[in-house]
Order: sequence, then C-alpha cells, then structure tokens
Amino acid sequence: MTTTLDFEPTDYHVTLSPEGPALEIKDFNLWYGAKQALFDNNLEIQKGMVTALIGPSGCGKSTLLRCLNRMNDLVDELRIDGRILVDGFDIYGPGVDVIALRKRMGMVFQKPNPFAMSIYDNISYPLRVDGVTRKSILDETVERALRSAALWEEAKDRLNESALGLSGGQQQRLCIARAVASDPEVLLMDEPCSALDPIATAKIEALINDLKGQYTIVIVTHSMSQAARVSDNTAFMYLGRIIEYGDTETIFTRPRKSRTNDYVTGRFG
Amino acid sequence: MTTSTDHDLPASGAAGLAGVAARESVAGGRRVRRFTADISAVGEPGLWALGGALALGIILIAGFLAVVAWNGVTTFWPKPIERVELRDGDVLAGVARRAGAYRVGEDVLARLDDGQRAEIEDNLGFAERTLYQTANFDLYGDDFRWVSDFEVAAVSEPADFYYFERQTWGVFIGRIAGMTIDGEARPYDAAVMAREQAAARDRFNEIRRLERRDIGRINHLIERERLAQRRAVLRQGEEAAAPTVAASQARIAELQAEFQVYQARVNEIRERDRRYRVLLEEVGGRTVDAEMSQIVRYFAANELSLPQKIGIYFSRWWEFVSAEPREANTQGGVLPAIFGTVAMTLLMVVFVAPFGVITALYLREYAKQGRLTSIVRISVNNLAGVPSIVYGVFGLGFFAYTMGGTIDQLFYPEALPNPTFGKGGILWASLTLALLTVPVVIVASEEALSAVPRSMREGSLACGASKWQTIRYVVLPKALPGIMTGMILAMARGAGEVAPLMLVGVVKLAPALPIDGFFPFIHLDRSFMHLGFHIFDVGFQSRNSEAGKPMVFVTTLLLLALIVAMNATAIIIRNRLKRRYATGQF
Repeated sequence: MTTTLDFEPTDYHVTLSPEGPALEIKDFNLWYGAKQALFDNNLEIQKGMVTALIGPSGCGKSTLLRCLNRMNDLVDELRIDGRILVDGFDIYGPGVDVIALRKRMGMVFQKPNPFAMSIYDNISYPLRVDGVTRKSILDETVERALRSAALWEEAKDRLNESALGLSGGQQQRLCIARAVASDPEVLLMDEPCSALDPIATAKIEALINDLKGQYTIVIVTHSMSQAARVSDNTAFMYLGRIIEYGDTETIFTRPRKSRTNDYVTGRFG
Repeated sequence: MTTSTDHDLPASGAAGLAGVAARESVAGGRRVRRFTADISAVGEPGLWALGGALALGIILIAGFLAVVAWNGVTTFWPKPIERVELRDGDVLAGVARRAGAYRVGEDVLARLDDGQRAEIEDNLGFAERTLYQTANFDLYGDDFRWVSDFEVAAVSEPADFYYFERQTWGVFIGRIAGMTIDGEARPYDAAVMAREQAAARDRFNEIRRLERRDIGRINHLIERERLAQRRAVLRQGEEAAAPTVAASQARIAELQAEFQVYQARVNEIRERDRRYRVLLEEVGGRTVDAEMSQIVRYFAANELSLPQKIGIYFSRWWEFVSAEPREANTQGGVLPAIFGTVAMTLLMVVFVAPFGVITALYLREYAKQGRLTSIVRISVNNLAGVPSIVYGVFGLGFFAYTMGGTIDQLFYPEALPNPTFGKGGILWASLTLALLTVPVVIVASEEALSAVPRSMREGSLACGASKWQTIRYVVLPKALPGIMTGMILAMARGAGEVAPLMLVGVVKLAPALPIDGFFPFIHLDRSFMHLGFHIFDVGFQSRNSEAGKPMVFVTTLLLLALIVAMNATAIIIRNRLKRRYATGQF
C-alpha cells in the first residue's frame, strides 16, 4: 500500500437546503461476508436537492444507495454498522417497517425493469399493493405519474398494452413514473441512464431537472458530465470511502483532494 | 465449370497466400503449405456423429409412430371374405389377416406328394402360410386358422358371404339361410333384413337404456335406503331405529314395485326380440339361430362398393370412440376408457399443480438456501427415478388401505365390510400419479421461478410491495409459462402411466363411469378404465390375443392422440399466457 489516502473529515462546502437534510448517513460501515465494502461513510443529503454519487466501478456507490431503502436486505451474509437517519429515525433501528420505508423511497434501477403487466398496472402497482382499489384514485395517479415522467403523451392511448412493448427509454421513464406514483419523499436512482442511448438519456436528465425540488433525488452515475449537469451536490467515493463531498461546481472545478481531481479530470476511473 | 469455381471459392480467399506458397515451392523446393485444417480440428466427425444420433432417434420414433398409425388406421377397413377349399376336401371361409413363411415339419413333409416336397425343399424347407380369421367361435372353438399354401386347392370370394359382428360370441362369417320375422319363418330378403335388424338394434338399445337409467336409478335408491337403515341401526341402536327402518322398508317396497314395472317392460321387449331371428349358416353347412338384436353390424364383405366400405369404416370408428366394450374388450368401443383416462389425468393435474408449485415456491423463494435445500432438491430429482410400480404399492398401502380405510370407518361404517374408499379408485389413482409426477412439476417450477430476473423482484420490493405481493403479482405471472411447461410434462407422463394404476383402481371393465346422474354425481371412489391398461389387457390378457391385436394398435393410436390433444391444449394456453406479456424486452 503505497497510496496514502487522507481521511480527515470532509469539508462542508455543500449547497444547503433551507429545509435541512433529508437523509443522514452516520459512521456507516458495511461488510459482504468478511469483505468490507463501505468504510465510515458520513453524508447529509439535502432535502429537495439532487445529490450525485460518483466514483470508479466497485467503489461502493450503488451499495450505499441500496442501503438507503434497505434493498441490500436481500443479500445474504450482509452486515452493517452505523446509522442512516430519515427524519431523525434510524432506518436500521429495531422495529422499523421496511415496507413502509420503501414506500417513502422511490427507486429507479440501472436497467429498466417494468413488470410483465400493462402500463396502467405497472404504474398503479405501488398503490395497489398498498390496498388502493378505487378506480378514480388509480386513474388520477397514473396520469399524474405519467405526466411527471413526461410519458403521458406517448402512453395515454396504450395504457392497457404491455409495458414490455415500450422502447428502452420509455421503459425507464415508466419506471420513474412508477417510482413517483406513490408520492415518495426521496427518489433513488441507480445509474438510470446506463442502458440508454444519448437521446433517451437527455430526456431522463431533463426529467430529473423537472423533478428537482419536488423530491429529494440521490443519483448514482458513471458519467461525470451527467453528474455535472443534473446534480446540486456531488459525493466522490473511492474504495468504499467518501473522499469528498460538496456542491457540484466545486467538486468538478476546484476539488480539494488530489484523487478527486484525478478522477474528475479523467486521469483514472 | 461451376463446380470448379465453387471449389475455388475458399481457396481464392487466400489467393495471395497460395501464390506465395506456390512460389516458395518453385524457388526453394520446400514443402508447399496446404490451406486446409486438420480434420480433428474442424470437428466434422463429431458433427456427423451428432447428426447421426439425431437421425437415428427420429427414425426410431417415426418408425414407431408409422407402425402404430398404419395398423391403427387400417384395422377398421372392411376386408374381403375368402372361401378356401383345401386339398383334403376341407372348406373354410375367413378373412386373411397376415401371411408369412415357416419351416415345414418332417411329418407334414412326409405326407405331401413329391412335387410339393421338391418345391419346399427348393425353398430351403420353408413354405408360405396365411392366417385366416375364420370367426364362428361358438361352432369352431377357435377364431383363427393357419392355412399353408400347399394345402390350398382353390380360393374364391363368394358374393353371398356375410360378415356379422355380434353382441356376444364375436364375429360370424357365413351365409344367411333364412329369417324369422315376428315368429314367422321367411326366406332371406335383404331389404327386410336391414329394416328388421335396425329395429331390433333399437329395441336392444331401449333395453340397455331401461337397465342403465331407470333400473340403475332404482337399484341406487334401494342401496341408499339399505345403507340408511344400517346407519340408523349403528347410530341409534336396534330398537330406537325401528321406526326409521320401517319407513325405509316401506320406501324400498315402493321402489321394488317400480322396479317390477320396468322389469316387466324389459321382459316384454326381450320376448319380442326372440321372435325376430336370423339363421346363419357357416361354410360347412352348420347353422346358428341368432336373435337379430344380437347383430351389431353385418355386411356382404365381397360385394361392398367403396362408399359402403367407407361408411362401415367410419361407423366402426364411431362405435370405437362412443360405445362400451364387448367380447372381453376385443370388440366394441372404449368410451369408458377414454373417459377414465381424461378424468384421471385432469384430476391428477388438479392435485399436482398446487402441490408442486407451492413446494417449488417455498424451496426457491422462502427456504434459506443451504445444505438442507440442496439435499431436498437432490431427493426430489431422485424421486423421479423411482420405479412407478413402487408408487403403485405405496398408493395402495397408504392411500387406499390407510386413508381410505380410515375414511370408511369414519364416514361409511354402514357399508362395511364392503369398502367404499378403502380400495382402489379414481381418487387414489390420481393422487398416486400426482405423487409420481410432482418431481417434474417441482423441478420445472423452480427453474421457472429462478429465471425471473432479480431486477423485477427488486422493482416490486422498491415499490413497497411485501415479499408475498412480489411473488403473487410479479414473480408468479412471469414464471407461469415455465410452470405450465412442467405441468405439460407431468401430464404427458401421467396420462401414459399404467403400472401403478393396476394396483390403485384401474380395472378391466367398469360399467359405471366415475361421473353420472346420481348424487353426488362425481364418484371418486369408483374404479375406472384406462386406455393404457386397456392396451395391456386386450393385447396380453384376453382369451384370444390374435383377436385383440388390431385393437391394441387402435387403442394405442387413440391414447397417443388423446395425449397429444391434451398437451396441445395446455401448450396453447401457455402460449396465450406468454403472448400476453412477452412483447419484447427492449
């Protein structure tokens, strides 16, 4: 180990939200079996803003994101230590209702994953599993969600067709519509554009800009230009550690850590 | 010219190199490099072996199907009756079934004249012979006779020979010597005979209907009353039950009076039947006086026109699929067997589907994957290799005797010692087969479940769905076509299985179908007939396996067709399900 990484507390030159943090990650460690994947992560995600997690492959940014709605619970032999607070509640505390937690966190995945159902059923799914059966509520929600995902015009005439018949970009916007259908507080996006072409990517990015302010958005991305375009704050992660966290402009133009500088200027990664 | 260009094509791709190589050989006299790969590297022999194996498999299956189909399809075609005069003065009439060469015995050779003996010796001691269906079992005591070619003096196809299919005693081949119409003897008249035979068959069916429907109903009610009496006595004691018993006795008396009425009707028709007769005369002159109602079908085999032959062909097929068997299953139809096969298979699917799918769901979705689940999985796979007869023994011991015996003691004590559920029946047979096929369903369902992408489950969970909701709304619908495939495999396996059924409920002849008009309409305790067992029974258990042989092919053909039809239905349903969702992934 010749690399010397300096892990002094990250400087907070973060764009602050008037409403304060939505999520607080405190001294968070995570192990897959014997292998530690996250080391002492500390992060405050500001309410109503877009926070990007960047870093080279395998740095733990997806792992961290999937901890925010406890998606990692599905993994066997997972061990965590530390706290993640939502409105002051520790989501890993005892007696937390994971289902209720996930309802407050919409999630969009790397690959579009619409269910093998009609478009309508896909979007109303979060409500239906919640026990909502009133047609009027479902109709209204589907339209609202599709409009906020900028898919309404394309999909309104084919709501009862299979969602698998949509193009990749449309499918991903459908997944965003599904994620916002239950009106969550936080939207977690795990590389939402990695499987899409540039035009579809541009549409999704425009959509993220529209949704900003309405939802707290955490986006994991491989593309530094995308992080620069859509996010307010950016956290740079490397080997399971958060190296630097700050407002996007600072991170990309005047990073304080040399490693961050190397990464954002494309010298490695 | 074209061949040579074709041949040059691959080489011309490497033309430059070939040129270089050629120059080299001229310049230095060195070895010219060839641009062909080593045969072991190309893998051609392997390809031939693979293709050959596939071809062999296809040939075997196609050959099997062709044999079954050809024999099955031709069985019902009416064939001519030959009148054969033998050299020793004997005469026989029959339908030629098949021919073949055989080695002539020394004693037979000794009796032949020189010319014939020389001919056989030229033929290395072999002679041709033909198997004739001479029928007339009631007169000859045999249905078939081998006739060697050297015995034959003359063969003719007389126009006045008829082929009679009778209700009992099988086929009769011979002339019509006369008829008795309403007690009055008359010479044979084709038109009258045809009319009266049809009328007699109507009467026969009328009797059958009376016996089946009306008398059957009364018997059923009387039996119910009798059981009700015993139940009352068992529950309340002899004295307390006396009034109930008396009332029941009165009802039985009423029913018996009704029974007498029907019985009188049946006797009346029978009496009438006896007055319409036909006198059959075999080729040697002996006669049989038969009731017309006993003649199912008759035709002058050598006088048929093509449309008539086609008519007989289809009428025989129709009888085969729509009537009950007669003559120890070698004649008539197989409707009860078709019914039993389909009912048993469907019932089996009803049992195996939820059981297999639920097991697979737990094993794949809920159970913690580890050593134990691996052991369970291996055991399930091994279960598929257990000989099916073992399942039969288990079914008989556990389902029929243990479970059925308990059910009888708890719910049908009045019928004891006669077992109700405590013997083989369609319920136990389908449960046994469900047990036999459940590994197939579990394995296929597990595979289908594990093929549902993780991303879909995560998508559902991220929406705030519980694990069960995820399985119910996302995983199961996606896995359903795969699960259906497992069901189809199980169905094909179950419908064709015979060995275990012989222990748990299949019988040679079951006059009562498992479903009828009497409460509770579905009688799961009843024995049933099965096409697979029918094949075994007709081919190997009947008094005359030669007579049953054609039926073996026809029944096999029907069983295959039935399985194909059931599978095709399931496949269509599965494809509908698939099409509903799978409109493309990206």
